[in-house]
Amino acid sequence: MLGADMEAGTLVEWLKQPGDALKRGDIIAVVETQKGAIEIEVFQAGVLERLVAKPGEKLPVGALMATFAGEGETAIMPAGPPPPPLKPPTLPSPAPTMPRPAPAAGARVRASPAARKRAGELGFDLAGLTGSGPDGAVTLADVEARSGARPPALAAPGAQLAMRQAIGAAMTRSKREIPHYYLSTTVDFHGATAWLEAANRDRPVTDRLLYGVLLLKAVALALKQAPEFNGYWSDGGFRPSVPIHIGVAISLRQGGLIAPAIHDADGKPLDQLMREFRDLVRRARSGGLRSSELSDATITVTSLGEQGVDTVFPVIYPPQVAMIGFGTPAERPWASAGQVVARRLLTASLAADHRVSDGHRGARFLAAIGNLLQAPEQL
Amino acid sequence: MTATTYRDAVRAALREALARDSRVFLMGEDVGMYGGSYACSKGLLEEFGPERIRDTPLSEGTFVGAGIGAALGGMRPIVEIMTVNFSLLALDQIVNNAATLRHMSGGQFNVPLVIRMATGAGRQLAAQHSHSLEGWYAHIPGIRIVAPATLADARGMLWTALEDPDPVLIFEHAGLYNLEGDLPDDAGAVDIVKAAVRRDGRDLSLITYGGSLAKALAAAETLAGEGIAAEVIDLRSLRPLDEATILASVAKTRRAVIVDEGWRSGSLSAEISARLMEQAFYDLDAPVGRVCAEEVPIPYPKHLEDAALPQPEKIVRAARQALGRNG
Repeated sequence: MLGADMEAGTLVEWLKQPGDALKRGDIIAVVETQKGAIEIEVFQAGVLERLVAKPGEKLPVGALMATFAGEGETAIMPAGPPPPPLKPPTLPSPAPTMPRPAPAAGARVRASPAARKRAGELGFDLAGLTGSGPDGAVTLADVEARSGARPPALAAPGAQLAMRQAIGAAMTRSKREIPHYYLSTTVDFHGATAWLEAANRDRPVTDRLLYGVLLLKAVALALKQAPEFNGYWSDGGFRPSVPIHIGVAISLRQGGLIAPAIHDADGKPLDQLMREFRDLVRRARSGGLRSSELSDATITVTSLGEQGVDTVFPVIYPPQVAMIGFGTPAERPWASAGQVVARRLLTASLAADHRVSDGHRGARFLAAIGNLLQAPEQL
Repeated sequence: MTATTYRDAVRAALREALARDSRVFLMGEDVGMYGGSYACSKGLLEEFGPERIRDTPLSEGTFVGAGIGAALGGMRPIVEIMTVNFSLLALDQIVNNAATLRHMSGGQFNVPLVIRMATGAGRQLAAQHSHSLEGWYAHIPGIRIVAPATLADARGMLWTALEDPDPVLIFEHAGLYNLEGDLPDDAGAVDIVKAAVRRDGRDLSLITYGGSLAKALAAAETLAGEGIAAEVIDLRSLRPLDEATILASVAKTRRAVIVDEGWRSGSLSAEISARLMEQAFYDLDAPVGRVCAEEVPIPYPKHLEDAALPQPEKIVRAARQALGRNG
């Protein structure tokens, strides 16, 4: 199944030749689609007879690509040009020319019009759901129950409600679909704090750096060695991203939160990051975020430093595959070289998608962030 | 309140109309001496005389045509046709004349005619006396189609229909004439435009009219025992349809089952279903269901006739299906 929303594909290459014996699951061709190159499998054993489609050809879904004789059938294809389509008897009858899709995989979700409309409003993904309606159709009530959204009639209208519903839908989907694992570590933030005080001493108030930009930059640089935390889960697989766009969770005064992206955070100096961060916060709270900022983040960072929490346990924002949380930097006892000393410490935590990475890699990623923060002058 | 029957309510409406307006007269087969095939006009010949209660030959085309002529001439005729099956003989007069004259005369001539007829099955009158063809008439622009399903509507729709400057066809389900109930002593004219919500519910809309209303209400009662709150809509007017009431109900319940004693193919139920698709698609949580007569001539034997018609059990099954429960 090349995808229910696909209309055409371009044949890239044949991987089998006429006469080749095929068993179920063999890859016979590669087709380029809007979603990237897809390998075409055979769903039935048999013999490849004749290749009809030529590499480079763009074909509508359902077009004849090749003929194929099922196991035990005799190949009776005439040589020469393909027979006119109105004479099916010249084809071995049960020989599928395209692999038949398994009914479950990629089948359109049965959902009522009301359910689809509501799911669209909530940004709620219906994929894979079975509902309570006729023949297992997903109903409006199913969408509202599973997305965590309350029926509109029971709640106050307005933008806040819409935002709460959107957050609910995204987080419900995250908790339902993403097998999270969590790691946390304590980072020595003493040196970074001292460096920051020194760096700010010569700056006018408006240009001062907040410690949050050190965290953003450290995460961005650490990601270069940890690509499995940067990108998206889509179409059943991980799509790593080369650019590093860090989503910054910003709480809004009227309630709710939003996580717009700072693009290419790894390549930007701290002063520029600080300017962009201030600008982003201002626009997040006054409106005026760009759609790319809202959709491009490849990972999200949340810092609840002002709230005095020790540790954050993040919920990944789908389709991203990881989120980093930072607690409040605070002076605490710290054992170092046989001495207990007071140091400014910070807890960094990671929630990551187990479909993509394991704790071992996650631990290295967190450690890399901590190490980068030991040399703030290099950030 | 007075205990009465649907038949007596129809007679009371006729008597009121004859008494209130001297232009009103009743004509049809057996309406005079015999008192009406369904006894709706019993006693009216004695009360109002042969000028105003007129027996006609067995010739539907002729007496419906005479009614149209009388209406054009300033009278307010009530023409009774024994059953909708027989009205087919008058189809030419109804469709080609009554429905068109205002249009074809550029508004110079209107036809203030009321035609009453019995419709529907359930009394073992077999395939030439039992069909429900009101949906056909609801296809025709230029006429108004109403279906009184309650005593109040049997009592009140006639006068309002007579007030209408254009032809109105009143379809009385033959199974309703013995319906008993109480009617307020001051019962009188009612509107003939709006559908009525006969029972409130939030889970499903049962949309029906005429002889199927009682069956839908019985089904709703059964469903209530299963925790399903069915809303029951009585269309009352089949043309034009009161879309606002239908759509408001379905917007609330998100599911609809249409109950219509007419056949399914090319029917009023199909029309309502299509309008729900057009105007309520994004409110729907289930395919629109239909409970109609089986596609056979209505059989004579009782068990086959019962099996051919919508029944409460069939409605309950369709409702369960719309809710995703096993029928």
